[in-house]
Amino acid sequence: MCLAIPGKLIEISENAEGVRMGKANFGGIVKQVCLEYTPEVNTGDYVLVHVGFALSKVDEEEAARTYKLLEEMKQLSELDDPEAEDHLPVAPPGFGT
Amino acid sequence: MSDKGRPEEGGNILMGSCPLPLTNYQEIVLAHGSGGKLSQQLMQKIVLPQFRNELLEPLHDGAVFSIGGARLAFSTDSYVVNPIFFPGGDIGKLAVHGTVNDLAMCGARPLHLSVGFILEEGLPMNDFWRIVQSMREAADAAGVTLVTGDTKVVDRGKADKIFINTSGIGQVREGVSIDPKRARPGDKIIVSGCIAVHGIAIMSVREGLEFETEIASDTAPLNGLVEAIFAIGKDVHVLRDPTRGGLTSALSEIAQSAGVGMLLDEASIPISEEVKGACEILGLDPLYVANEGKLVAIVPSEDAGTILSAIRSHPLGVDAAVIGEVTADHPHFVLMKTRIGGSRVVDMLSGEQLPRIC
Amino acid sequence: MKYLDEYRNETMAQKIVGEIRRIITRPWVLMEVCGGQTHTIVKYGIDHLLPDEVELVHGPGCPVCVTSLEMIDKAHAIAQRPDVIFCSFGDMLRVPGSEFDLLVLKSRGADVRVVYSPLDCLKIAKANPDKKVVFFAIGFETTAPGNAMAVWQAYRQGVKNFSVLVSHVLVPPAMEAILQSPLNRVQGFLGPGHVCTVVGYEEYEPLAERYHVPIVITGFEPMDLLEGVLMTIRQLEAGTAVVENQYPRIVKREGNKVAQELVNKVFEVCDRKWRGIGSIPKSGYRLREEFREHDAERLFDVGAIDTQEPSICISGLVLQGVKKPHDCPAFGRQCTPEHPLGATMVSAEGACAAYYAYGRHLQAEKKPLQPV
Repeated sequence: MCLAIPGKLIEISENAEGVRMGKANFGGIVKQVCLEYTPEVNTGDYVLVHVGFALSKVDEEEAARTYKLLEEMKQLSELDDPEAEDHLPVAPPGFGT
Repeated sequence: MSDKGRPEEGGNILMGSCPLPLTNYQEIVLAHGSGGKLSQQLMQKIVLPQFRNELLEPLHDGAVFSIGGARLAFSTDSYVVNPIFFPGGDIGKLAVHGTVNDLAMCGARPLHLSVGFILEEGLPMNDFWRIVQSMREAADAAGVTLVTGDTKVVDRGKADKIFINTSGIGQVREGVSIDPKRARPGDKIIVSGCIAVHGIAIMSVREGLEFETEIASDTAPLNGLVEAIFAIGKDVHVLRDPTRGGLTSALSEIAQSAGVGMLLDEASIPISEEVKGACEILGLDPLYVANEGKLVAIVPSEDAGTILSAIRSHPLGVDAAVIGEVTADHPHFVLMKTRIGGSRVVDMLSGEQLPRIC
Repeated sequence: MKYLDEYRNETMAQKIVGEIRRIITRPWVLMEVCGGQTHTIVKYGIDHLLPDEVELVHGPGCPVCVTSLEMIDKAHAIAQRPDVIFCSFGDMLRVPGSEFDLLVLKSRGADVRVVYSPLDCLKIAKANPDKKVVFFAIGFETTAPGNAMAVWQAYRQGVKNFSVLVSHVLVPPAMEAILQSPLNRVQGFLGPGHVCTVVGYEEYEPLAERYHVPIVITGFEPMDLLEGVLMTIRQLEAGTAVVENQYPRIVKREGNKVAQELVNKVFEVCDRKWRGIGSIPKSGYRLREEFREHDAERLFDVGAIDTQEPSICISGLVLQGVKKPHDCPAFGRQCTPEHPLGATMVSAEGACAAYYAYGRHLQAEKKPLQPV
């Protein structure tokens, strides 16, 4: 649980029954999404979509900040454990036995 | 024992000792047609035992045999796709390409096709006309002639608009020997272009997915591409078009047939952004999604570069790539190095891949 | 694809694994709660990348796997009715009931349809006024907003022929049941990122404190899981036990208040039976009384359901992280995806299916269960 994918909101509208809907672009695929649970989003925002509903806006600043931390981790681990590369097998251990 | 729809279970089913299939379904289910394990079992347990002969044994895309000194290939394919019209083609076009490609995968030059139509009462005449026209165009483009056929009509509700079978004969090129058993350790595995296109094109209509750039089926006749490959004079061990069941089914079958292992590199497998997006949304693994105008070639490693160039020079092969190699390790199994450096086994599915929410 | 591809990066994976290796001093047992997280771990071979000291056990976060047999049988009974169009997510189609699965029923003529979104069912209901459209509303808290909206819209718009068969389950009570079990070996949790997107993670704080276990709310991409493991190991090595958020680009502590409001309007908490585990108090949702006209469980009298599970299936123990799929004598033999004996083999998220799909039945397990 649970398959949810981030997509870029490209359109907002209201359907015939007054429900706030939109269209989100997932790497070139455009799909309709229900926006009732994310009243704060605007076109251009990224939203997380599960079973056709936007559940959250992607916090792009937060994403950039935490990603940068991951990238900066590089120097530390390389210094302390230069043999780390050797531990990555291509075939899973014990395979075929 | 009650007559259940589900497989029998209990202590009397032990792998290896029971001659009946593990999956003892009392009825055909859709999964039996999906190109995965259940399809395989249906063939192996019910059909093949009745028709054992050396021409059928290889279980390749077609049968190859000699008559009066000429080496011929013979193949058949049936199409039941729904919807019958989809971006990039229709059921008629698929049916022509399907048999043309099966013959090409035997190393043969496709020559003549037959067609059998099963039409549902109520099919609009205009739709049938469009499909037949489309078949003619496809046959012309592939350089084959339709030489015989048959048409039947069934009551409304007894066929899903139209079912088409095509069969075909081709002549195998001199010096060419395509056989799944020829895959050997060290060989490189080449795919001729982006995967999962056809399956996603079909599903896009079914699921109502909208694309910025419409995803059209990649259905195409591959005999021209195959000619281009043979024209450079190198030995090709295996050719296969990965249709139902996707890349995985095709490679798994070859691995099992030849008793070899395969190692793929996930990052090398070509896939377009849109198809990737559609797979993400639906929760599908592109390795299992059907392809049409694509082929897999297994070739000696010293010739892989030259053959890859030849494929890339052809309009149908511009995105071709080496995606892995054949290995003596883990025979019968296809392994893949994942995008993040881990590893997993790529096994055949039992039936249809279903969209998921989890 | 943005916010996906960059989290599937080999170099970064190596960095994170390197850092885990650097700080780990002893074996630890971690549980990832969600089936989707299990899927990613097995699909990318993450557990093989991690040092041997880290043991990942797979949790019960697969709503398909834990839907009770009684509920599945009820669904099948309803689906077989000629006046019903039975709609379901793809995941449920092959889950075995006592006798059938939905695909077999479909082959026998039942009108069973796969939907991508619960709102699609409303469209089907409006297009087929002479039929009763029933939607199998399973899922954790993540799917509740979607299911709630379908019910709410049906209620608002007077779509009388639409009803839902509800089998929602909640994560915290399941985690607590695992923590309370004398068989429990789990020392740290990778919490359910998308569940917490909806409900937030405040309710996990008392769990972390009461049982002294770190809980790191984790996403679903390979980098998320690796980072989640790293953060959990850091806490375990330091002896702390708090709730942390690995997935702040999506999850906020208070969750999505708007979604919570509608979910609470439509559903109320109830006791629920979890397949393979048993009844857990206050661990599910059911429709509130006002929505009884859309409650398939009330509308359809499907009679007393007599359920029988194959005795050999140990999916309950697998779901609790006590056993691994290959500990089961039937795994890969009598029990395969073509012929599943229990729900953990059927659902793509079930540990058994994930292990099987990614070839674990073909590999010897190299990491023995660690004593705690």
